[in-house]
Amino acid sequence: MEKVRLIQGNEACVEGALAAGCTFFAGYPITPSSEIAELMAFHLPRHDGVFIQMEDEIGSIAAIIGASIAGKKAMTATSGPGFSLMQENLGFAAMAEIPIVIVNVQRGGPSTGRPTAPAQGDVMQTRWGTHGDHPIVVYSPTSVQETFELTVQSFNVAEMLRTPVILLSDEVIAHMRERFQYPENVTVIDRKRPKKDEKEYLPYKDDGSGIPPMADFGTGYRYHITGLIHDESGYPSEDPEIQRKLLERLMGKTERYKDEITLIDEYFTDDMNVVVVSYGCSFRSAIHAVKTLRKEGIKAGCIKLKSLWPFPKETITKISEGVKGIVVPELNFEQIASEIRKYVDVPVKGVNRYDGSVIRPFEIEKTVRGLL
Amino acid sequence: MRASLKSYFRTGKLPHFLCPGCGHGAIMGALVRAIDQLGLDRNNVVVISGIGCAGRSSSFMDFNTLHTTHGRALAFATGLKLANPDLDIFVFMGDGDSSAIGGNHLIHAARRNIDLNAIVANNSIYGMTGGQYSPTTPEGMFSTTAPYGNIEPPMDIAGVTAAAGASYVARWSVFHIKQVIKSIVEGYNNKGFSLIEVISQCPTYFGRKNRLGSPSRMIQWQKERSVTLSKAREMNEEELKDKFVVGVIARREREEFSKKIYSLMR
Repeated sequence: MEKVRLIQGNEACVEGALAAGCTFFAGYPITPSSEIAELMAFHLPRHDGVFIQMEDEIGSIAAIIGASIAGKKAMTATSGPGFSLMQENLGFAAMAEIPIVIVNVQRGGPSTGRPTAPAQGDVMQTRWGTHGDHPIVVYSPTSVQETFELTVQSFNVAEMLRTPVILLSDEVIAHMRERFQYPENVTVIDRKRPKKDEKEYLPYKDDGSGIPPMADFGTGYRYHITGLIHDESGYPSEDPEIQRKLLERLMGKTERYKDEITLIDEYFTDDMNVVVVSYGCSFRSAIHAVKTLRKEGIKAGCIKLKSLWPFPKETITKISEGVKGIVVPELNFEQIASEIRKYVDVPVKGVNRYDGSVIRPFEIEKTVRGLL
Repeated sequence: MRASLKSYFRTGKLPHFLCPGCGHGAIMGALVRAIDQLGLDRNNVVVISGIGCAGRSSSFMDFNTLHTTHGRALAFATGLKLANPDLDIFVFMGDGDSSAIGGNHLIHAARRNIDLNAIVANNSIYGMTGGQYSPTTPEGMFSTTAPYGNIEPPMDIAGVTAAAGASYVARWSVFHIKQVIKSIVEGYNNKGFSLIEVISQCPTYFGRKNRLGSPSRMIQWQKERSVTLSKAREMNEEELKDKFVVGVIARREREEFSKKIYSLMR
């Protein structure tokens, strides 16, 4: 068993990526994600991996898509402005079904915003940032240890679903130093590839799982990849039926595999009559507040959303049925709170800051007391 | 076309959608002839393209083909090459694709001297979107967004690429198709970034807007406008104004980038 270490969230992200089998990183410097690139530049050559600093974030995501097509597990890391630049190629990866992992360490926005201050303002951008309907999976860690765990999970789900996965960290989790213990076992999933004897390989033919096997370029399957609407052979098509079927299969991936994707932790929920739902750095204040309220005899529960998208609507509806209200602390203008309101009949109160500082537990406690 | 050359095309996917008289078909023909001469294993050949008329061209050829986003073909290619340096990668781009939206990636691919073989089909116009002027439209010529004549000075794609550090750069036109084939072969044999700019004709938009006549007349126009390197050295700026210089613009020994990255591994 490796000894306990005191490391940053961004360091844990790199450890997680390497544990998941990442051998390709392309990135562009941006605060507060740069440590990820710096550590990748140091570690990857020692793991027979490739690090490249590209000319911009558009090139960074393009390069990792290219590397993934050659069969590598590939990642990039950025923050708000860079994440905005990546949106077009993020859609390409969703459309062409190329597994990649994008780390977005959130900082204050919009625009250049507050580069060194925490925020959670990119939640909706991760869901709908690129144009057109598309599937997306997003994880958001609440600690250094969880950053490792969810980075591995991001790679596994990207490989399993052939889709881009976003690890949505924030400035607090990324730069905070905390206890980290390398886990004894790390489960690693690799993408499904076509069988060796498969003569008539159709790169986008559903094999029943909703996720076609993916061949590496250069392994004998000469096929076409495009961001255009395409048929099972990968070739562009303007047939309405082909378009409808492709989009339904793409959009259906996250619904079909939601049980494998969704990660939610529950605290004090057995007898609760009010619940705090949170994620990322704000969860740390949320759980602190709930523990204080419990000491006062208030039956408060807490839900940690480790996965944000696909949104766990059934779980949220179920949880809401036994409580008087839901409190949602987050560093934005109610991005997750407004999503929750779509699925519940009880009052949903936001606790929000957008001033570059974190939410204090007493602010959450006050809102919970106000609901009872 | 010889049957053995025809086999490089996805004939089941024909007809292609290029306009009659378009120069891009000849350039694709030059690419497969060069690949045939080189005797490359087609399972190992990757053709990457961006968006536009040149962008769609990758899909017609029977290799590993990747049709990327507008301007980003070289960035995708950089990732593929570094992930698997054994692949033989050709990047097929248009003028707007490579020099406007993708200009940054072009400069940096050339600077790194990564072993990619870029072919730019330069027809001086955005054809796919209906004939708007591009960074290579000559000054004074007409397009749908230059109804009073283009007022922007044109960009010298081959010159910029050479200045950025590419180890092999050539410029020809569809008229010089034999030299194009030879340069693609030489570019492949150069282990580093190579770019072959090919002046192509767009009879539908560039030709029509500028009354250049039939496709064959446009190829004649390419011949009249082209000046060899040695001849160009004897001409002054005024004499070279409406000309383009053809020949091998740059050929130099430089260390290749993917080799350097792999040498870091231990």
